[in-house]
Amino acid sequence: MINELLFMNGYGIYVFSAFIFTLLSFASLYLVTKTQFVKEQNKFVAKFGSLNTDKAKSAKTQRINKEILANASNN
Amino acid sequence: MFKLFHPNKIFRITSKAPKYILFLFVVVLSVGLTEALILSPEDYKQSDAVRIMYVHVPAAWISLGIFSSITLLSISGFVFKNKNLFLISKSLAPSGFVFNIIALVTGAIWGKPTWGTWWAWDARITSMLILALFYAMYLISWRIYRSEEKVFKITTFITILGIVNIPIIKYSVDWWNTLHQPASINILSKSSIHSSMLFPLLIMTAAFALFSLLIFLMKYNTEMIKIKNKGLDRL
Repeated sequence: MINELLFMNGYGIYVFSAFIFTLLSFASLYLVTKTQFVKEQNKFVAKFGSLNTDKAKSAKTQRINKEILANASNN
Repeated sequence: MFKLFHPNKIFRITSKAPKYILFLFVVVLSVGLTEALILSPEDYKQSDAVRIMYVHVPAAWISLGIFSSITLLSISGFVFKNKNLFLISKSLAPSGFVFNIIALVTGAIWGKPTWGTWWAWDARITSMLILALFYAMYLISWRIYRSEEKVFKITTFITILGIVNIPIIKYSVDWWNTLHQPASINILSKSSIHSSMLFPLLIMTAAFALFSLLIFLMKYNTEMIKIKNKGLDRL
């Protein structure tokens, strides 16, 4: 049964290479995108941490900044 | 209407959505792979080689769909002077490009057992390669140009040129004698594909669409944070 599934009447090599290429492309794109996201998020947290109290207060008035910080602490 | 697309309003949703989309994608992909590799029948002519269709066709469909969306969004962004529409287009492009490459590579792998060759300068294959070049030009433009106004103009121009290629891809199999088979699935008329093959194909398409949504959301959130990083610099 397993041999049949892998051999696929002689087409297994083509079928599995197509599927593996697709899944590897997905994994690579996901990892690259995730890395870029985490990098920007960390940059934001570091910059926010370096702000003085007044500037931090003013930045926190924007809901989106609060969201980014909340998400960063959850990850 | 464009107020609905305001980044501050949608970031709350886009920042939380990826984990749910990822979960849904894994579930749908698992069902799709089981259907495509195990449960679906082999073709009477192509035997098991037909299973490559379950990755090749959805990848091609989605890459065409994304390019069309990018064009529509870029033109709308240009006409209505809405930066967020450009940001959405920019975030859609990487997954569109990767799906285009997947369609080309899996097409080449499928070509070897069915046509006896990895590549032919056939109208459908060549026009898909041209689409990949348009995607590449679009993505490179965002990297090269720093001025927002310039990059908006150039990327819109690239998409307008590229969109001409979309009907060529779609109808190339009808207009020219090609190695590539004509479309088996028609929305307006009866499809020539059996339901036992159509069902896994639709599941795999749903999985691929979820993946492109996932990448789009992650990319869009990254772009939003980039903008906010610049905002902190200005404080």
